[in-house]
Amino acid sequence: MTSGVATAPATSQAFKSDYKPIWCPGCGDYSVLASITKAFAMLALSPENIAVVSGIGCSSRIPAYTNCYGFHGVHGRALAAGTGLKVARPDLTVLVAGGDGDGYSIGGNHFLHACRRNVDLTYVVMDNHVYGMTKGQPSPTTEPDWDSKLSPGGTGLRTFHPLVIALAAGANFVARAFSGDPNGTAQILAEAIRTPGFSFVEILSPCVTFCPEQREWKNQVRPAPVATTDDPVRAARRIMTDDGFNIGVLYKGERKPYQPSAGKAAKHLADLEAEFLI
Amino acid sequence: MSKEKTVRARKSGGARTLRARDRARPTGRANPTHRADFLARAWAMEVEAAERYASFADAMDEHNNHDVAELFRKLSRIEQLHADQLLEETLSGRPPVLPPGGVQWDSGEGPETAPHGELHYRMQPYHALQIALACERRANKFFAAYASRTTDAKARKAALEMAAEEAEHAHLIEDWLKRTPQPEKDWEHDPDPPLVSD
Repeated sequence: MTSGVATAPATSQAFKSDYKPIWCPGCGDYSVLASITKAFAMLALSPENIAVVSGIGCSSRIPAYTNCYGFHGVHGRALAAGTGLKVARPDLTVLVAGGDGDGYSIGGNHFLHACRRNVDLTYVVMDNHVYGMTKGQPSPTTEPDWDSKLSPGGTGLRTFHPLVIALAAGANFVARAFSGDPNGTAQILAEAIRTPGFSFVEILSPCVTFCPEQREWKNQVRPAPVATTDDPVRAARRIMTDDGFNIGVLYKGERKPYQPSAGKAAKHLADLEAEFLI
Repeated sequence: MSKEKTVRARKSGGARTLRARDRARPTGRANPTHRADFLARAWAMEVEAAERYASFADAMDEHNNHDVAELFRKLSRIEQLHADQLLEETLSGRPPVLPPGGVQWDSGEGPETAPHGELHYRMQPYHALQIALACERRANKFFAAYASRTTDAKARKAALEMAAEEAEHAHLIEDWLKRTPQPEKDWEHDPDPPLVSD
């Protein structure tokens, strides 16, 4: 008998709800859901100690498909809700999830400041370079020459670089994963959750309906050829010069997470209500 | 008759002879060398495949592709049956203790687990069977490669038997494919496409 026997308090199935996803067949988000629940199981977490918070979009439906506490929030405001939740309930594992439109466009400002604040939560962006729910408009990560009926000839705009921006803004953990590698993604997510501070994981998650060419991503991704660094400048240089398909933990720092001390801002509900009385 | 009751697997008439003594406890490592680890992995592989086909069936039902949904449901039942048989006949009916998060496979997912990315909302039963065929072939290769790698004679024997069974399953699906209408050239064409057209 080999060693290393471990018991699993909960399998990944225990983190899935009875609601059936309505994503398009072939969508990468199915795999991301599998990876997230697998990561929770790997960390031996309990559903009642986890909150999954999202914004709006296809991928933001994900809280309903988990058996954890969930909040399907306002477009672009998932990080604001998640940050507030984590600060109020530091005992919870908070995972914020959404798409590239939600997180980098309308939610771009929250993204910057969530990185800067470095609250101990994990932000997962399922990046498919398109607004899928609203029928295929270009998003901040859409390639400038992506030709579609809604953007004839392409937008001509340079793409957003979320990983570098996260680094510049102070994220403590930066990784890129691919939905087609659910186990690898689960390991990255587990490490992200385990790492104190703001962890940002961008998951390339193909939209097979509006960007069928993204089915080719499985042939383009590769493990990052370099080890994780704790030097943000080196990490930024690497990310800016790669082709967007290097997978792995690209930066892991040691910044202390932001957590206001308990009691400092605490007030009784009646006191708070009194402040709003006219 | 010893406690190590020898059983013959019924799975598709396969000639798998395995012993019930092994209480499998796989580690998270790849390339297990012991028979107990091997059996647990084989069981986990079948369960993962069954779960994936079931989720495919749900996805297809959501998109009103009920023919393919039913086929995936059938494939799921077949894989679950394999898992149950493996459990009864080699693992004393007790599910093995798996590492948290499940088995870690060299290939990322279980060799018999169909990838999510292979689906299309307008796919036809023929496509579903092609996916299943690829899965059976991967499973066959996995067991054959395992057999050639392991240093444990009993594990090698079991792996060779399972490789033969997976090959048999692949042949069955090949026959099934021959009886299934091939999709027309424009099977992807949707008269009411999701893309904005005006």
